[in-house]
Amino acid sequence: MTSHSVHWQPTADIEVLQKRASMMRAIRDFFAKRDVWEVETPNLSSATVTDEHLQGFSTVFVGPGAAAGRTLYLQTSPEYAMKRLLAAGSGAIYQICKAYRNEEAGRRHNPEFTMLEWYRPGFDHFALMQELDELIQSLCHTQPADRISYQQACLEHLQLDPLSSNLEELREAANKLGHGDLAANESDRDVLLQLLFCDGVEPHIGQVRPCFVYDFPASQASLAKLNPDDRRVAQRFELYFRNLELANGFHELDNAEEQLARFEQDNLKRRQQGKAEKPIDPYLLGALEAGLPPCAGVAVGLDRVFMLALNKSQIRDVLSFDIGNA
Amino acid sequence: MAFYSTNEFKAGLKIMLDGEPCNVLENEYVKPGKGQAFNRVKIRKLISGKVLEKTFKSGDTVEGADVMDISLAYLYTDGEFWHFMNNDTFEQIAADKAAVGDNLKWLVENDPCTITLWNGSPITVTPPNFVELQITETDPGLKGDTAGTGGKPATCSTGAVVRVPLFIQTGEVIKVDTRSGEYVSRAQK
Repeated sequence: MTSHSVHWQPTADIEVLQKRASMMRAIRDFFAKRDVWEVETPNLSSATVTDEHLQGFSTVFVGPGAAAGRTLYLQTSPEYAMKRLLAAGSGAIYQICKAYRNEEAGRRHNPEFTMLEWYRPGFDHFALMQELDELIQSLCHTQPADRISYQQACLEHLQLDPLSSNLEELREAANKLGHGDLAANESDRDVLLQLLFCDGVEPHIGQVRPCFVYDFPASQASLAKLNPDDRRVAQRFELYFRNLELANGFHELDNAEEQLARFEQDNLKRRQQGKAEKPIDPYLLGALEAGLPPCAGVAVGLDRVFMLALNKSQIRDVLSFDIGNA
Repeated sequence: MAFYSTNEFKAGLKIMLDGEPCNVLENEYVKPGKGQAFNRVKIRKLISGKVLEKTFKSGDTVEGADVMDISLAYLYTDGEFWHFMNNDTFEQIAADKAAVGDNLKWLVENDPCTITLWNGSPITVTPPNFVELQITETDPGLKGDTAGTGGKPATCSTGAVVRVPLFIQTGEVIKVDTRSGEYVSRAQK
């Protein structure tokens, strides 16, 4: 037998897992005190995200009503189902759940990870940033976070205006960072911006205290509203601390028509790149048509928060079992 | 030739970059919050020995390099080439100065060396981690010094100059770590 030599032990120390458990409790207390109630939504759903950079897992349900098999997707986040609850009048809600993303594994990624997501009717993204900051301060004992717009961050650290620079200027900036080969073959502005942000901005922000970056380019709006005062940017934010991206939040787009157009645009991009199109979630669109209350929402990668709180450098150090011995 | 996607990159994979075979040392997956994922890859160029970092879009493919390592015994040099032999098949291979590089000073007759072949030709020669060399010249040391404080230079039969403790004398055989170039001990008889 080879079972003696398999690495069956947890990838995290038991002591770390116990600390994780107490932080989970602290998070639930945090929301209980604020009258945000905990919900659960399905991990398996009939549709998935269209985002060209997110690859969902799928499986096949066979059973009553699905004798020939029905494809179901593991959620990449609970966003769509939670928005349906909001449209049905839930009020402020949060969820702690597993999210699943294929093709993502590494020092800071595991294909299955723990997500905290919450929604605040009546909040805009700035109010939600404030609340997230308070949660992170209490969990990681950090100082209040910095805030910088995406444009300002790029101007300061790349000497480049992300909203007006052309393809050549982006390539030139990538070349300066040593990515000339990659940039020369890349004609998607957003891919270049993402490369520049990863390598030229992220290492310089949020090192001493966490840093919110807000007002992402409209082309990277995802499910955020566009800024009514400057439609070149979307009301989306991310939180960074010590080279980890911790959270992504939106002042949520509530327009069904615009949402559908963005999903179709995603699928168009998928087609152009030879990737399979993804089914668009009719239930989410139905909920948006019925009316999503004005709200802001955010998704937090909890494993990374625990990494920071417990001073661990790899995600496997805070997981009971990572993908290597799951 | 095979192509490898970034998902297949791991330490030891040999790929082609800028027309030169390279060894992958590290592969780190990086992804902005939302958007394109990248792989930050640390690579050693096998001919120049240069180590560099290169970023790929995740999922991109790169041509593999036809590189393999074989173990051969060192035979002799004719001044232009260094000759190695497979002790089972008696097949011989000659490596030039560029492939042997600075490692020529660690080549001892009959020692098993690792020869890296690219498209069938030697590009690097790696000696064993430890070699035993006879000292051909060193200053007479002080008797009684065993701590080896500071030491002294000693020239070996292969031409290598190694710092040895003061008690080591001309004619002795010493064990040397070829990776650091440092003296390890007297050779076991």
